[in-house]
Amino acid sequence: MPSLGADMDSGTLLEWKVAVGDTVAKGDIVAVVDTEKSDIEVETFHAGVITELLVEEGTEVEVGTPLAVIDDGAAPAPPAETHPEPEPAVEPTPEPEPEPAAEPAPQAGDAAERPPVVHSPIVRHLAEERGIDLSTVQGTGPGGAVTRRDLDAVAAPADRPAASTAASAPTTTPPRPTEDGSRVRSSPLARRRADELGVDLGSVTGSGPDGAVTIADVEAAAGELPTTPAPASPAPAPTPPPEEAATDRSATVRAATGRLMARSKREIPHYYLSTTIDLHDALEWLERTNRDRPVTERILPAALLLRAVVVALGDQPRLNGSWVDDELRTADRVDLGVGVALRGGGLIAPVIPAADTLGLVETMDALRGLVGRARSGRLKGSDLGEASVTVTNLGDQGVESVYGVIAPPQVAVVGFGAIGERPWAVEGMLTVRRVVTATLSADHRATDGHEGARFLSTLDQLLHEPDRLSEGTPS
Amino acid sequence: MTTSTSTGLITYREAMRTALAEALRDDERVFLMGEDIGRYGGTFAVTLGLIEEFGPDRVRDTPLAESGFVGAGIGAALGGMRPVVEVMTVNFALLALDQIINTAATLLHMSGGQFNVPVVIRMTTGAGRQLAAQHSHSFEGWFAHVPGMRVLAPATVEDARWMLRPAIDDPDPVIIVEHGTLYGAKGDPGSGPVDIDHAAVRRPGSDITLITYGGTLPMTLEAAEALAADGIDAEVIDLRTLRPLDEATFLESVARTHRAVVVDEGWRSGSLAAEISARITEGCFYDLDAPVGRVCSAEVPMPYAAHMETAARPSVDQVVAAAREAVAGGG
Amino acid sequence: MAVADAGTRLEMLRDMVRIRTMEERCAELYTETKIRGFLHLYIGEEAVAVGVIHHLGPDDAVVGTYREHGHALVRGVSANSIMAEMFGRYEGCSKGRGGSMHLFDAATRFYGGNAIVGAGLPLAVGLALADKMQGRKAVTVCFFGEGAMAEGEFHESMNLAALWDLPVLFCCENNLYAMGTALDRSESVIDMALKAAGYAMPSWAVDGMDVDAVWDAAASATGAIRAGGGPQFLEMRTYRFRAHSMFDPERYRDKAEVAHWRERDPIDTFAARLRTEGILDDDTWAEITRDAEAEVDEAVAFAEAGTLEPIDQLTRWVTTDPEEATS
Repeated sequence: MPSLGADMDSGTLLEWKVAVGDTVAKGDIVAVVDTEKSDIEVETFHAGVITELLVEEGTEVEVGTPLAVIDDGAAPAPPAETHPEPEPAVEPTPEPEPEPAAEPAPQAGDAAERPPVVHSPIVRHLAEERGIDLSTVQGTGPGGAVTRRDLDAVAAPADRPAASTAASAPTTTPPRPTEDGSRVRSSPLARRRADELGVDLGSVTGSGPDGAVTIADVEAAAGELPTTPAPASPAPAPTPPPEEAATDRSATVRAATGRLMARSKREIPHYYLSTTIDLHDALEWLERTNRDRPVTERILPAALLLRAVVVALGDQPRLNGSWVDDELRTADRVDLGVGVALRGGGLIAPVIPAADTLGLVETMDALRGLVGRARSGRLKGSDLGEASVTVTNLGDQGVESVYGVIAPPQVAVVGFGAIGERPWAVEGMLTVRRVVTATLSADHRATDGHEGARFLSTLDQLLHEPDRLSEGTPS
Repeated sequence: MTTSTSTGLITYREAMRTALAEALRDDERVFLMGEDIGRYGGTFAVTLGLIEEFGPDRVRDTPLAESGFVGAGIGAALGGMRPVVEVMTVNFALLALDQIINTAATLLHMSGGQFNVPVVIRMTTGAGRQLAAQHSHSFEGWFAHVPGMRVLAPATVEDARWMLRPAIDDPDPVIIVEHGTLYGAKGDPGSGPVDIDHAAVRRPGSDITLITYGGTLPMTLEAAEALAADGIDAEVIDLRTLRPLDEATFLESVARTHRAVVVDEGWRSGSLAAEISARITEGCFYDLDAPVGRVCSAEVPMPYAAHMETAARPSVDQVVAAAREAVAGGG
Repeated sequence: MAVADAGTRLEMLRDMVRIRTMEERCAELYTETKIRGFLHLYIGEEAVAVGVIHHLGPDDAVVGTYREHGHALVRGVSANSIMAEMFGRYEGCSKGRGGSMHLFDAATRFYGGNAIVGAGLPLAVGLALADKMQGRKAVTVCFFGEGAMAEGEFHESMNLAALWDLPVLFCCENNLYAMGTALDRSESVIDMALKAAGYAMPSWAVDGMDVDAVWDAAASATGAIRAGGGPQFLEMRTYRFRAHSMFDPERYRDKAEVAHWRERDPIDTFAARLRTEGILDDDTWAEITRDAEAEVDEAVAFAEAGTLEPIDQLTRWVTTDPEEATS
């Protein structure tokens, strides 16, 4: 069967124009073939006597199939056919392109050792739509990425129980679902940056179209200044990694913190003051107060210290604000950043918004909630707002004093060391008192040592008059 | 030819004319060919006066036969000449598309590398002069679709002055699209030479990348200034060469600014802007903080009435709005 | 009518047989799927290419159509490189990038191989313009079918060539069918020479089945061009014996018509004439046919042995490697 066109793969022999015994000349029409386009006459390229018809009329055969045998009388050799060289009816096959080097199929169990796999947007979308956890799917794409086919295989109900039971590994890039399970709208850059900074996208409030999380939102949440034109005062310090997060997560937190701190020390002329405060009155007052409260609602000294800072800032408002465009912008409320040490290392500073509107009990409640969420990796968007001042308390680490590094664009950080007993002179008598060393690191562009000293002095006074801290809002 | 002012500024038209005259003077293989480029002086007066200096053989008026004379230019290029063919508008160039694409762009490949076609084909493009729907479109994106050609869009007086020589020296077909609204623009021609391989950053910025070429460069720069007043620092990239696209320049920029708006006077569907947007998505998806914006012409044949024509074309306001949206989308 | 000398006439016979032999083999190879794509055979029209191209020297240029195997062969492109091209081999005259419809050869100034009907004409005008502007005495011959004369590019090119007085020989191969559409069904004026005369261009109708007649007309035309007479037009009245391309059931013409034209087979009639005139004998004929077969056998073997260009070369020749520029 001759090929009569580039798109012809087979033809139906409609009619023989010759019979066995007929003599044919080169160029004679010997048959009519039906192709997809039309009936076409078939000529012979060889002269001789037809000795055999190999294909019956009405039969469809592939291109290259011998149709008849023609004896050209030349030799006793095998008879010539319509195609004297019945070679396979195919072009010389080009050498096959080398198969792309097969990526080793990722094993579910070793996921934790591999770098994070980046899946395509459509795969992420489909996975969410179908409720498939991508970290449980064995990807056959580049670098172990899950392909649509992989998803289809998972989606097929049959014989793939592994889909739901495969070891879960943290896959960083896919946007995390929000609490109600819907997708977090976010820009690609925001997702990438969130991975780098260890920010949980689901915990970030998006400011973009329809609440999309943008790079600025992520960096604000992580405590790094945005590179965007909109000047935004970020909350300091990055979000904690989930408990089970791999070490590279804390490394990125470390890196982000490092960049921010380096910038602070580069740009902010710090000055430092400290004072040691006798907490005798304050703690006795606190013990009395707590005696009437259920254990779970007891007020910790840390809350009292925070409350004292907030009230003292009322007298020194220039320590509460931000340094932007070469000028101090004092804040009209106290958004109090609180340094929280994480189990397993790392320090973050989520925010108690409008702390100056909270009484002592409310401050305690706020602190308790914040620490709990921070340590469980479930900070809310509102926890990651912008602080106007930060308090860092390394008391539980046992250090005596801490001189904080200011998180730009804030202008001050107040530090507390451990509360400890010290020999203390009171009215000429040596006694033992529980004391705490309070420090102030402040931006010299915004305030000077005089203002700073007055702040610490006020703080000291307040802690000697704990009733002033107990209830209501500060003046 | 050139009437340099005391300030050293010349018009885009003068820059182009100077370049043509220089090419005719420097290289006897160069000749010009096109409708009314000789005695009439050129529809847009680019070739005004050249026939007096170089004569009718080298400043050759043609009949109204775009396919014929563009094809003749291709043949003359094959025969060792360096023709610079002028087609009055890109709309008219559609009559010569067969020659440009089926012959000029493919001959080298069809012949297994034997016949390169060193022809330069100039044409005006774009709207803004109330020339309505058969003289005002922007089809350069179609040419930029085709492998085997280079497509240049000089947007500045300097490029108008200096892009021609490397275009003539290019061994393969080069299309030069000149936006009709630019001919009267004045600028410093500089002292050359310029390359025809790279895009140019016409205004550095850090918040958003505005990518454009040709006739929409001035309005894009204007938009960037308006954005600066809002505190948005826009980088403006002039593509200069539409094929092959210098994607490295705009990808690097977008990776830095995280946002992009493409300004292209062509229609949005299947446009050059679409190509650039796709390349940004391919090349820096994970650097994007907002969808790539596009400002293109409205999808209508270009209307005659001035207010309608203005409404159909990209405008400063549209560019500013698109940029603001992208920046807002990115916080 | 002027007639070529006996040696030239034998050479013309030999060239026609070479074309015929090569193309008959092409048809066979196509059915065996060795050659793919579109394959347009020149069988029946050989006298045209042979009678015209025999007047050309190395400086002259030829622009052909997609039915150009014969022109390429008689112009001097080797059967080996033509066959290898059709096989898609790197050793082909267009490196396997062109195929049957796009044979090119810089060495013989053979500019294809153009598969857009009418598109070769402006190219020929430009080649002639370049020759004229550079003071070269070359002639550019442009072959095209009568179907091209319905295209705008034909008219634009005729006008330009006549207007600028360019050294082009327009050679219309009127085989009566534009693919399957008969001339009188596609054009209002079917006297092609008359159409050309509308451009004030010297034009003649020629019996394209008679290589002597073609040779004579081409001698006059090329002579006039070389003498500065400007472009000339020849309408070669000829006939294609085989289908338009391989996939053509030939519904548009009847067998009696084909049989009628076959009686005027340019090879048979010319060979008979030469025998009558005592120029051709059996031995010479046998030698001519044997040589032609041998040439084709060798070409097929050459093509079979040819190599496939590596795929990593795919985007080569999209733009010019500066060292390879020829124009």
